[in-house]
Amino acid sequence: MAFKHKHLLEIRSLTPSEINTILSTAESFLEISTREIKKVPTLRGKTIINLFFEPSTRTRGSFELAAKRLSADIVNFNQTASSLAKGESLKDTVLNLEAMKPDALVIRHYCAGAPYFISTFCQSHVINAGDGYHEHPTQALLDALTLKQEKKKIEDLKIVIVGDILHSRVARSNIFLLQKLGARIILVGPPAFLPTEFKNFGVEIDYSLDRAVEGADAIMMLRIQRERQKSNSFPSIREYRNLYSLTKNRYKKAKKNSIIMHPGPINRGVELSTDLADSAKSVILKQVENGIAVRMAVLYLLLGGKERETAD
Amino acid sequence: MRLLIKNGRVIDPHSGIDETLDILIEKGKIADIKPKIDANKANVIDASRLVVAPGFIDMHVHLREPGQEHKETIKTGSLAAAKGGFTTILCMPNTEPVNDNRGVTEFILSKAKKEAVVNVLPVASISRNQEGKELTEMADLLDAGALAFSDDGQPVLNSHLMRRALEYSKLLDALIIDHCEDKSLSEGGVMHEGHYSYLFGLKGIPESSEEIIVARDLILTEKAEARLHIAHLSVKGAIQLIKQAKKKKIKVSAEATPHHLLLDDSYLETYDTNLKMNPPLRSQEDVQALREAVKEGVVDVIATDHAPHAPDEKDVEFDKAPFGINGLETAVSLILDRLVNKKIISLKRFIEMISTNPAKILRLKNKGRISVGADADLTILNLYREIIVDINNFKSKSQNNPFHNWKLKGAPAITIVGGKKVYPF
Repeated sequence: MAFKHKHLLEIRSLTPSEINTILSTAESFLEISTREIKKVPTLRGKTIINLFFEPSTRTRGSFELAAKRLSADIVNFNQTASSLAKGESLKDTVLNLEAMKPDALVIRHYCAGAPYFISTFCQSHVINAGDGYHEHPTQALLDALTLKQEKKKIEDLKIVIVGDILHSRVARSNIFLLQKLGARIILVGPPAFLPTEFKNFGVEIDYSLDRAVEGADAIMMLRIQRERQKSNSFPSIREYRNLYSLTKNRYKKAKKNSIIMHPGPINRGVELSTDLADSAKSVILKQVENGIAVRMAVLYLLLGGKERETAD
Repeated sequence: MRLLIKNGRVIDPHSGIDETLDILIEKGKIADIKPKIDANKANVIDASRLVVAPGFIDMHVHLREPGQEHKETIKTGSLAAAKGGFTTILCMPNTEPVNDNRGVTEFILSKAKKEAVVNVLPVASISRNQEGKELTEMADLLDAGALAFSDDGQPVLNSHLMRRALEYSKLLDALIIDHCEDKSLSEGGVMHEGHYSYLFGLKGIPESSEEIIVARDLILTEKAEARLHIAHLSVKGAIQLIKQAKKKKIKVSAEATPHHLLLDDSYLETYDTNLKMNPPLRSQEDVQALREAVKEGVVDVIATDHAPHAPDEKDVEFDKAPFGINGLETAVSLILDRLVNKKIISLKRFIEMISTNPAKILRLKNKGRISVGADADLTILNLYREIIVDINNFKSKSQNNPFHNWKLKGAPAITIVGGKKVYPF
């Protein structure tokens, strides 16, 4: 099945069948990373630019390896090393990079909507690798792939997402994606991170992790950023840990085979206890592994398919 | 020189006139108003099928001069005003330097005298350099020609200073205009806080940031027995506060902008920086409440908050774009098409809100009315003309306007300032 979008900017505007196309394509790519020669010629001759305006190791490296395993050439640009530090506008930066004739730009930016903005004037395919508090589509896709592997299907799963929901692009993309695939989602966190308007997205919200975790199939913990304490979103890390850390005792209330997920990097002992992070229930490294396949799938569907019908 | 405007439908809410009349202008003043006036060597403007209204007054304009002439100048802003049907505009003090002393006020007035085609009346700042620490010399500024006081987008957050400003303004019978925003609640925000800010991942500006300062200002205004004008009212809660205050006879007036009356926060889906302004586009519920407030008279004035910015300043990430949109050249057609033609408000009510009431609030005794002896500032409207908004044809130096390509019916036809036709150019 063809993938009709020119860009991957957000999960929200994808249909369930488009999401499933990406996931099944990713599944077919999983095996490549297990070969001795981890490379196929699918995207040979294509050029991809990783344009990261925020520090990232995991996502950037994952896109880089995904591109390389498909034989595409990939170049990294990051903010401090580029002319942005000299006051060049985002538009000028992108236009200059476009003059080098890349096929795709992978964008990580601290401003919500920056990839969308870039897509309005740029010829290349734009892939959102995380924009501000907006979306992180490939993270949600790799989370969905992991859930599918672990739980066979996503429909009717009870998935609890815990932490700073308001400032999490991972949470947003996951809310949209998992809901499209029929999951039941409960968001958990202190009120400053969990505006009641999130209910409009069709999810449940709960301030109590103890209550929400009961009967969960999967618990997705989000990284807590210590600087949020300075804006008084919560009083202290100590109190946050007491209320929202996933510990063995809390985990016991979830379903027997429930899995623990985290987009990383983890604050060990803060949102997630070390023993759980390293336990068999944790699929955190599996998520990272799946990230490569998902990004290969996205690159392939946007850049590779000659059969791609129309650009949107 | 004499000018005769013949056969226009004259609507003057101040006197209650709504009939076909001729208006004779002599020496910049209205000399006669009668059903038939003999041309007798006067230049004649045929206003058949047109509406003749008292000159429109925009209480909220940013002309950017001195200091930011790349966005707008007194000259280009006044041309935009004339084209938009405005005969008088108030310019806000957030220039560089800030209009906080006689020198800047006099500069603006002298520049306007030389280059502007409409009346330009400066608003001076409440506090020196808009810093919210020390009061400006209000008496001296009024003497120099300032018409009102406002710290504009850097509102006075220190309640003690606001109290003193209101008390002092009473001594001078001066008007205080406030942009109501508690910055501690809105800091970092770029759009209305609510469903759509959560959806688009943008930081929100809560309603409470406006409501709290409106409430504070009303309390202080009542105690000081001063006169307060609330700029660009945008949220339901603040509307209710003003409604109550008016019942208590607190001397408060309020304005609404065309964009807050016509657009809501759902429009921000495209991260279009031409939809970024402060206060931000609010929820659909707020838009409905604001329209209701316009109908009921809780809102007294329509003003544009004309805030020009250069194209490269707006052609950036949403978070990084400056607040504000260009409004002088679209306001009248927008209100005519979307509120008057759709019968949400009457034409008379519109003229009242854009001419009669601003003149009353600003104590401009010879403006905002069509009567013998009044200034010959007139806005002549063609209610039948259909336009398509084209930002590339703006007289303003900037094009940051979200209504590009909107089809609207009803537009300014002729603008007369002091008896002189200033538009069409």
